[in-house]
Amino acid sequence: MLIVAGFFLASCAATNTDQGGDVDAASASASSSSGGEITAGTQEDLIVNVGDRVFFEFDSSELTVDAQATLDAQAAWLMQYPDTNITVEGHADERGTREYNLALGDKRAFSVYSYLAQAGIDTNRMEYVSWGKERPEVIGSDETAYSQNRRGVTLVSN
Amino acid sequence: MIKKILIILFFSLNANAALEVTIAQGKVEPTPIAITQIFGTDSDTARYGNTLRQIISNNLTNSGLFYTVNEDLYIQSDNLVEKVPRFEDWKLIKAQFLLSADVSKTDKGIRLRMRLYDVFNAKEIEKLQLTIPDENLIRRVGHTVSDIVYERITGETGYFDTRIVYVSEIGPLDQRVKRLAIMDQDGHIDSHQFLTDGKNMVLTPRFAPNKQLITYMEYKNNLPRVYIYNLKTGEREIVGDFPGMTFAPRFSPDSQSVVMSFSDPNNAANSEIYLMDLNTRSRSRLTNDSGIDTSPSFSPDGEKIVFNSDRGGSPQLFIMDKNGDNIKRISKGRGVYGNPVWSPRGDLIAFTKLTQGNFHIGVMDLNGNNERVIVRDFALESPAWSPNGRYLIFHRQKRSNLDGTGGEVTIHFIDITGYNERIIPTPRDGSDPAWSPLL
Repeated sequence: MLIVAGFFLASCAATNTDQGGDVDAASASASSSSGGEITAGTQEDLIVNVGDRVFFEFDSSELTVDAQATLDAQAAWLMQYPDTNITVEGHADERGTREYNLALGDKRAFSVYSYLAQAGIDTNRMEYVSWGKERPEVIGSDETAYSQNRRGVTLVSN
Repeated sequence: MIKKILIILFFSLNANAALEVTIAQGKVEPTPIAITQIFGTDSDTARYGNTLRQIISNNLTNSGLFYTVNEDLYIQSDNLVEKVPRFEDWKLIKAQFLLSADVSKTDKGIRLRMRLYDVFNAKEIEKLQLTIPDENLIRRVGHTVSDIVYERITGETGYFDTRIVYVSEIGPLDQRVKRLAIMDQDGHIDSHQFLTDGKNMVLTPRFAPNKQLITYMEYKNNLPRVYIYNLKTGEREIVGDFPGMTFAPRFSPDSQSVVMSFSDPNNAANSEIYLMDLNTRSRSRLTNDSGIDTSPSFSPDGEKIVFNSDRGGSPQLFIMDKNGDNIKRISKGRGVYGNPVWSPRGDLIAFTKLTQGNFHIGVMDLNGNNERVIVRDFALESPAWSPNGRYLIFHRQKRSNLDGTGGEVTIHFIDITGYNERIIPTPRDGSDPAWSPLL
């Protein structure tokens, strides 16, 4: 678990901008820390070669251009591995009330879910859930942390 | 006021009007009260007496409306339950009121006798005698006596014989373990109890006016839904079993319904406010807007609901009729509003507001006028009213750091005048406090 978490952070910046193309640096750090090959169709594969997450603006559930590009790549990847099911998590930063952020997290998760559905992914393969501000990716009370925490994360669930 | 579990042998409230301590806006000078030793007849009853005296003294002092005159100054050291006090002695040390009590054992249980005197007018203003079957009720007796003294002297309803349900938190901020917990309003460790085991995350507990039920949100099997916890039976029951997330629950004043938010997948997961009838299990939709609608809170007469919505672009506060009609925005100031809670007196809305990088907890009139900030800090949330509408509890969280430190969250009590803030102690971190009605 610790290895995966460390490698998660390392790949964050890359997955935000790279659309599954040039991920040599992240792959290298992944194989050196996990000490093995990445199995195709796994969460690790999604993270390293596609990007498992998209980021949102403050108080917004709209998908940015970058986010849409990431989700196009996710959709292609999901087409490639038709037996893979996913859960999309929607998250918020800490600068809002618990209840409002639960609502916002659900809208964010649904934005990702419905984009993938429109891209042709069967909704029977997908679930979504909001965690509001309850599960930050990065601990910290500044915009650096907040921008990483306003996110939609695609998790392979089988 | 006195609960049924107490076997009351004799109870008298004098019919005189309450001796009002003037409570207006602004700081109140605490009223000096002397509390004699609470005498026992053996080592057990002496111990109960000490406990009772401590509870009563702490309660009255914590209210901000009283202070206990230092007992080193007391001239008279007698039991004043049957004996008339030497009022001159108490005047001399500037005690305005005087409480004396004793505890003894009878064949029916533990008996407490109490007398409350008005020192300046040199007369008894309250007396009480009650018997409890066993010592497990000692703390509640202390709270009940505190309520009687508070009510007799301030003319306001007391709030000491009440409980607080909250979320106990422990662990790293990105993997917090959150459990429902309950305690007396003073946070005394002997009254503290966990209600859930921490396996599932729980959030936002709220008491039913009938005192028996708590509604809250739980992630069972990673599905966030509204539940009800029965304090009598310990049973948990899902009430927001909808095909999407249900959250932000609160009871209606008659305890027969729960108002909550539901994010319907067939409505783009946009949160709307629903009312669930607990008897028929039928649900009705109250809002219909493309913005987020959440955090509903009933007026004490059950006729209206205040809620949080970003329908105008940013999160603001609105009031609507109980059927969803006549929606009117009430928040007027700049900033992001949330967490509206209707006061039990019916005349104020407590809220949070985020502006200029800080959270504020404040109150406003029902039309949004006279907004007053009570407390301001980096992170404040979840205001909840005392049952008498004079105090708020809320949580305060410290900034957190990239290395995982910080982020401590604690429960606080404050007078709505903005004075007399203090921490309510909890064994771990605490958030989302909610106050029970008077038991």
